[in-house]
Amino acid sequence: MAKQYSFYPGCSSQKKASSYNQLRSTQTICQELGIQLNEISDWNCCSASIGYCGGGELPRLVLSARNLALSEKEHPGQDLVATCAACWLATREAQERLEHDPQLKTEANEALKEAGLTFKGEKKVRHLVEVLIEDVGYDEIRKHVKKPLKGIKIAGYVGCQTNRPFGIVGESFENPVYLDKMIDAVGAEPITNYQKKVACCGGALMFSEPEKSQALVKDILEAAHDAGADMLVTPCPVCQMNTEVYQSFINKKYGTNFNMPSVYYSTIMSVAFGKTAKEAALDGQMIRAKQLEEVAAR
Amino acid sequence: MSNAYRNNFLREVTANVEEGEWVKMCMQCGVCSGSCPLGPHWEHPPQEIFMMIRAGKREEVLKSNSMWYCTSCYNCIARCPRGLPITHIMHGLAHYAKRLGMVPQNQQTAKFAQKFWDNLTKKGRVNELTLGLSLYFMNGFGEGVKTSLKMQGVGLGMLKTQRMDPLEILGGHGCKDVAGLQAALKKARQIEEAKAVKV
Repeated sequence: MAKQYSFYPGCSSQKKASSYNQLRSTQTICQELGIQLNEISDWNCCSASIGYCGGGELPRLVLSARNLALSEKEHPGQDLVATCAACWLATREAQERLEHDPQLKTEANEALKEAGLTFKGEKKVRHLVEVLIEDVGYDEIRKHVKKPLKGIKIAGYVGCQTNRPFGIVGESFENPVYLDKMIDAVGAEPITNYQKKVACCGGALMFSEPEKSQALVKDILEAAHDAGADMLVTPCPVCQMNTEVYQSFINKKYGTNFNMPSVYYSTIMSVAFGKTAKEAALDGQMIRAKQLEEVAAR
Repeated sequence: MSNAYRNNFLREVTANVEEGEWVKMCMQCGVCSGSCPLGPHWEHPPQEIFMMIRAGKREEVLKSNSMWYCTSCYNCIARCPRGLPITHIMHGLAHYAKRLGMVPQNQQTAKFAQKFWDNLTKKGRVNELTLGLSLYFMNGFGEGVKTSLKMQGVGLGMLKTQRMDPLEILGGHGCKDVAGLQAALKKARQIEEAKAVKV
């Protein structure tokens, strides 16, 4: 029987939103690995890490507390799992801060009463990567590989919010290696000396400070290129989008010639598991991952 | 004489800014400033902001552009030897400056962040299409048309890859219980404002 989890997809994973390709490939690998994600029915936005202008501390915590309360009610006993870095961070932070501060918890519940909800603090908040590492395991992932991604060199771009301040269980802040292990598990070649593995892509400031953020992305792409990578793989929707869709702007400004695919870990796993290009959401790439398309077509 | 030596701004920050009670713990090592991806662009990097708060430089801190350059990468938090939640303090200072109406005019991240909040609280979920469009046009109509043209390739690419839905303009995704969510947020804001110490 499939393992059951309470699932918080987040705004960017909604149908035809910016990381819909992540959701599609996530559904594919979860089905293959016996993971059942039960969506919280009426979840709301967590306000990511950019809600702080309009939203104060308590209103922002209440956003996540509402999701946690709904999850407690609808999926008792199931861990709450998120795929988006910001969703996971905000939800886990709210869970921990409300747990450790009884006054904040009382205040959050006073606010939630207006929506007829109560936050109890029963949930463990986990990233899907943690489910894959701890509940499934690299060895089990390896067993599902039907088409090893032989000869494809991949830089594991971990980024920020999947890595700090919490990080994936058992990993270090400065050199987390779980993506390298996943890349290895699907038969591809990890770029282990990738210098910009945990560097920032600018996050939401790509919208408000595009020049400064694109300069950061240029360094991230350059380090991958110089280390011999064919593509980037990342766990984060903002990292994926920022490293993929602005490459033409960067090329124009810096005279570079980047055309490097940036995919999700769920993309490479789907392809290696023998799924179709559609199931792996390869049609969701703005910069096509041709090597992966070739494997999927075999 | 005694009043001149009372550091009111540090007390104000301690009382009214998210995680503000940590400011007095900074030991001025500068690891945060050196770890910040946009550090070179900050007029006053975090370490300096902390000392300015302690020196009572209220106007200079709250009217500064600096904390609006925080990308929320959490490097400073991961590395701070004293364990200060620096990212949160920067968000807290930014929010407090906004509440007091002290944000520098035309601060791009402040404008975007406010639009993000307004967008998500309207229906409970972010509408990426209307957020994106409002963002392009946040510096006026002429700028908006220019930005839209510049971003045309990205928009078409997102459309083609099923990562953007033009129908979202009609309302799009949202929570069912928007009323409940909005009532909870309103209550939370009231609780927070009632707690704030008047200056």
